[in-house]
Amino acid sequence: MFENCGQFIILFWHTLLALPQTWRQRQKVKEQLFEIGNASLLMVCMLSFFIGGVVALNFGPPLVERSFTNAVGGVVGLGLAKELAPVMMAILIAGRIGSAMTAEIGSMAAYQEIDALRTMNINPIYYLVLPRILALAVALPMLVVISVLVGWLGGAVVANSNHLMEIPFQVFFSDLRDIVDLSDVANGVFKSFCFAIIIGVVSCHQGLATIGGPRGIGRSVTKAVVNSIVLIVISDYILTRCLLK
Amino acid sequence: MNGSNHNPVEGVGLVVRGLHKSFAGEAVLRGIDFTVQPGEIFVIMGPSGSGKSVLLKHLIGLEQPDAGEILINGEPVTRPEVAAKYRMAFVFQSGALLNSLTVGENVGLYLTEHRLKTADEITKIVAEKLADVGLKDELDKMPSELSGGMKKRAAIARALVIEPQLIFYDEPTSELDPVSAVVIGNEILELNQRIHVTSLVVTHDRDLAFGVADRIAVMAEGRIVTIGTPDEVKHCNDPRVQQFLHAGLQREK
Repeated sequence: MFENCGQFIILFWHTLLALPQTWRQRQKVKEQLFEIGNASLLMVCMLSFFIGGVVALNFGPPLVERSFTNAVGGVVGLGLAKELAPVMMAILIAGRIGSAMTAEIGSMAAYQEIDALRTMNINPIYYLVLPRILALAVALPMLVVISVLVGWLGGAVVANSNHLMEIPFQVFFSDLRDIVDLSDVANGVFKSFCFAIIIGVVSCHQGLATIGGPRGIGRSVTKAVVNSIVLIVISDYILTRCLLK
Repeated sequence: MNGSNHNPVEGVGLVVRGLHKSFAGEAVLRGIDFTVQPGEIFVIMGPSGSGKSVLLKHLIGLEQPDAGEILINGEPVTRPEVAAKYRMAFVFQSGALLNSLTVGENVGLYLTEHRLKTADEITKIVAEKLADVGLKDELDKMPSELSGGMKKRAAIARALVIEPQLIFYDEPTSELDPVSAVVIGNEILELNQRIHVTSLVVTHDRDLAFGVADRIAVMAEGRIVTIGTPDEVKHCNDPRVQQFLHAGLQREK
């Protein structure tokens, strides 16, 4: 994977240089945004609700037992906003959307469609890579905001309904508001923006680098998902360290 | 390949000198030299693995040679301004239509992406070019709904939209039945007569080659073995050429 990092950086740089083409490619960006939202929204909501619930279930009873009831909302709120929502949603999108991007671009590479674009003087970075990375960079932070809100709701429902906690909704959200700042949510949203760039660059690169037929496409998809997840986890540590107050 | 400078169609000449290419230490092209005159139909034949398709990819700029040069009207094709000056089109062996677009969108893709015409003009041009290749009713179909021959004709229509001065065809009749192969051969001839485009056809279809070519080059093992008119090639004494031209099944009685 690490031998590809230089190529990821080069592709990212070429995509940055292609940014002035954004307005011309706006229709494709819209199509990609619809694809990402349509394919992921329901799953994001479901996953986030249960992640919030599990966090409340794991940390709530020990905190209540030690008389830290007012910390439950904060732990769920902070955990979701700063860490769980950005990372879990990025992994979900890498598996759900990144893999589809690699398969689509990979099959275009395998069946000479990308060569056909080049012979028509159409730059594949403008036509294929830029709209996908831009759409991911817009969609993932939005999905993370939705994930944080739904996750908090899941945590509140579990904290309220579980007989070991029985924390009223109003108290849960009041405690959450005392600990969680808007900057904490912004912190998670910024991380998710970086993860979106990673997923887009890695997925498009693996697609463009596909050689061979269906087996080659399968190999590229696997590599794209694995590389994306590894880079998300590594960059998560680096970003968290950099964003520490 | 660039649409910024659309002159009336006029074929261009092509010169290839000393072209060498290796992949992972294995020589695929071992010094290719030939000249194609403006408006000529030049056919490159040879058995599978002789380097024909790799040569074609060099000519269109999809591969860079290890050594040698390719000149269009005397100017090196590797210089971006030269590649932009002349309009070249490539008809892929598979057609290489974009599967996510309709046939009409595929044919108009060059004009749409380079914003050379208004949407109405593009619609009109696409309909004209599809009619030229006998596909006027297939405008809204997806490539997956077309037969192999129709895909190749749609690919030719896509190439025609560029108003090319030079067209490269990669195995245009492979995987086609004899009737469809004749249709494609006639398309190549008709285009050449109608718009005087220079055509370079890579094929191992002997009927197509001798049916359309002004001159033929035969390749073997990364080299050109012979170049000449169809008659000259037929009478070439090189055993590799004779073996290629006369290969056929003989059933024992």
